[in-house]
Amino acid sequence: MSDATDRPNGPGSEGPETRTPVSTGSEWTFELIGKYDEEIAKCAAEFGLDTYPNQVEVISAEQMMDAYSSVGMPVGYNHWSFGKQFLSTSKGYQRGQMGLAYEIVINSDPCIAYLMEENTLPMQALVIAHACYGHNSFFKGNYLFRAWTDASAIIDYLVFARNYVSECEERHGVDAVEQILDSCHALMNYGVDRYKRPAPISAANEVLRQEEREEYLQRRVNDLWRTIPKMDEDEDPVKRKKRFPDEPQENLLYFIEKNAPLLETWQREIIRIVRKLAQYFYPQRQTQVMNEGWATFWHYTLLNRMYEKGLVTDGFMLEFLQSHTAVVYQPPFNSPWYSGINPYTLGFSIFIDLRRICEAPTDEDREWFPDIAGTDWVKTLHFAMANFKDESFIQQFLSPKVMRDLKLFAIEDNDMEDSYTVTAIHDEPGYRELREKLARQYNLSYREPNIQVWGVDIRGDRSLMLRHVPVDRVPLGRDTEEVLRHAHRLWGFDVHLESVEEGLVVEDYHCPHAPPPDS
Amino acid sequence: MGMTHIVDRRLNGKNKSAVNRERFLRRYRHHIKKAVSDAVHRRSITDIERGENVSIPSRDTDEPVFHHGQGGHREMVHPGNRDFVAGDRLPKPEGEDGQGQGQGQASPDGDGMDEFAFQITQEEFLNFLFDDLELPNLVRKKLKDTETFNYVRSGFSTQGVPAKLDVIRSLRGAHARRLGLSGARKKKIRELEAQLAELRSAPADLDAAFSHEDQIKALEDEIARLKANVKRIPFIDEIDLRYRQHLKQPKPATSAVMFCLMDVSGSMTQMHKDTAKRFFILLYLFLRKNYKKIDVVFIRHHTSAKEVDEEEFFYSRETGGTIVSSALKLMHKIIESRYSPAEWNIYAAQASDGDNWNDDSPVCGKLLTDRILPLVQYFAYVEITPQDHQMLWYEYERVQERFPESFAQQQISDPSEIYPVFRWLFERKAA
Repeated sequence: MSDATDRPNGPGSEGPETRTPVSTGSEWTFELIGKYDEEIAKCAAEFGLDTYPNQVEVISAEQMMDAYSSVGMPVGYNHWSFGKQFLSTSKGYQRGQMGLAYEIVINSDPCIAYLMEENTLPMQALVIAHACYGHNSFFKGNYLFRAWTDASAIIDYLVFARNYVSECEERHGVDAVEQILDSCHALMNYGVDRYKRPAPISAANEVLRQEEREEYLQRRVNDLWRTIPKMDEDEDPVKRKKRFPDEPQENLLYFIEKNAPLLETWQREIIRIVRKLAQYFYPQRQTQVMNEGWATFWHYTLLNRMYEKGLVTDGFMLEFLQSHTAVVYQPPFNSPWYSGINPYTLGFSIFIDLRRICEAPTDEDREWFPDIAGTDWVKTLHFAMANFKDESFIQQFLSPKVMRDLKLFAIEDNDMEDSYTVTAIHDEPGYRELREKLARQYNLSYREPNIQVWGVDIRGDRSLMLRHVPVDRVPLGRDTEEVLRHAHRLWGFDVHLESVEEGLVVEDYHCPHAPPPDS
Repeated sequence: MGMTHIVDRRLNGKNKSAVNRERFLRRYRHHIKKAVSDAVHRRSITDIERGENVSIPSRDTDEPVFHHGQGGHREMVHPGNRDFVAGDRLPKPEGEDGQGQGQGQASPDGDGMDEFAFQITQEEFLNFLFDDLELPNLVRKKLKDTETFNYVRSGFSTQGVPAKLDVIRSLRGAHARRLGLSGARKKKIRELEAQLAELRSAPADLDAAFSHEDQIKALEDEIARLKANVKRIPFIDEIDLRYRQHLKQPKPATSAVMFCLMDVSGSMTQMHKDTAKRFFILLYLFLRKNYKKIDVVFIRHHTSAKEVDEEEFFYSRETGGTIVSSALKLMHKIIESRYSPAEWNIYAAQASDGDNWNDDSPVCGKLLTDRILPLVQYFAYVEITPQDHQMLWYEYERVQERFPESFAQQQISDPSEIYPVFRWLFERKAA
């Protein structure tokens, strides 16, 4: 961390030094990329950005499409859904309906960032600033990533997973493996521990423990089902009602992996792999606004700093600003291009406004952010980046000014009423409510139905009972039956799902059979 | 350059997704097959060789997940307010129950496409087109009738002709032998030399009785003997020689000839001929998938037969009666003069409207049975007529009884039947 006093000020506040730009053309070369990276790294160091080492890989558009279709992972197991993704990406690209994103960056150590060869030099510089210093420092600094993912192990783990899945395909056939993967993917979002910190991923440990675990897993499952006493007539009815599991379980895949009676060991291993990957992606799903906002804030700040130092030309800045503006464009709600709030815009706006609150606070800021207004902005931004996820970040740092700038408003849709109601807008009485509502929108457990393992009928038909607790009476969507079929394939016996509101079952789903009445 | 490592990956493989793409096509093969089969009917004759757009209902390709449905009570924050104030009420759109605006990404059952559309390549198109089809009797030809051979490398032998001497192998062997034979002796030499050096550097004893002279002499002699010994090891010996060995492997004939026989008599209309052409094209593409080199021989006939080029085959008109045997005779003659069955896989497809001079049909049957079918891999007859069969068909039925493996016939009464009939004729028979 450099000292706050010799840190550069905002763009334009210093007189331009002598201009000796790194380059003047728009064609990139490896040498130039190296030079730009060197200068950007110097700027990043001025602001105390702490990153993993970078690995920049220059790839072609086709390779970018490959990377796209495997959720950015450099290696992955084979599955038709990635092929589907690839087909639709390449079709869109060939027809010119969509440009490819400029970059993909992987939370690994070293941090791998892809640059597309088609990009111009200013674009390559933007991507380096955005991915190699923005995202990279976020991966390294944010508490969720620190606690939940192990950047140094992910690539090895992916290789392990791919090899394991392909061995299974050889031994058990592509179809059998595909079926298990389909079912795991259907429950993937329910394959994460939301509160408990998971054990770190390690390919070496996985291989090492695999045989050991094979035995252990089977024994564990056997134990569960062996301890079932015979259904004696005279058995104590209280004992019979003993619940399994004791407490509802949020991690469906974990529960199935450990307890499904009929699965073979390799099937349990595949469930485990999908669940580990879900856990790896879980922090990303919770920090999209922050992560993109942070990276966007830094590409903007670092390249402006380059300009201040006379390292880039006016032409460079024009091209850069044009891309930057496109990235943070937020169409209004009534635009045909509107598809929800742009996370880049929201995140960028909050971070840039945080800096303003630190550097030039107004009375409003002092009232709303007494602890932050007038403090060292680099420290404050780092604090915000490190200790929050989207929900709490918005709750904590969304300022009235950003709400006004984005003209945010909340709309209520109640199926009991025949009109929508505007409940809050960007004005004095609305700020707090608006901020709360927007924060809640980024709470994953609000976005996804709350479904947990409720119980197993271990003494009867071995059926699995899942329980859905609706929030604000919002029912389950139309895929529910289909997902239940996948759950049934994994569990091996009947699976039931009940939506329970205030003790009343409001909806129920069964696969394949409903339980006999009065069971 | 600090901690950054810049790598050029552009030359690495770009088809990382190939397997996943293949998996996708495999999973939806039934949908794709149907699209391909529809395309065959729709496309013009010359247009069969390109990729195809395929659409699959999104419902079938979606991956289901638990998500929120419609209904209940929810609130969403949106940007770009114009003039709303808190408490404003907005009418819900008619009919769409509770479909809030801007649900977009949150709810997968909002708008979005109903079809998942993608492209398959020409090769994939042909693969699906000919999926499960096979050339009958291909195997038999490969194993039994092969008369050409490939020589393949199969290791080394200690005997052979000088032309096949493998110099590197031989020298490597010689080197190993020399090391093996001299190793122990060289080691011994080194030991003795060390002893020698030690003795020589030892202070000379005045007493002659304890002098090292004798020992030194003995060591020197022994070293000289060993060195001479080592020198005598030949640089290369006969047992070092290695010769490349080759095995004679039967080579399946990779060339095929396809005979297209068509009746062009007055009764064959342009529609008949188009149907025949499409059938022939399918056969041609199918053969091309299996063979590197294909010759196509076009024979048309009315009362007499003639070998022609493609253009004339399909487009010139003739009138008059029909003598099918003339074409069969010509085919046989061409096989004998140009396509020895030892080197060529011979396929034939015959198209006609079934019309023949009645006395000629038994001749055809006999020609096929006695002279043609023993030479060919497969002979397919398609009768393009919506009407009842005539003499020729019944004659051919008897042929089929005798040669169920290499002869087949089918009727096409409508262009839409071309592809199904083709499939039937070349369906992979249970082994």
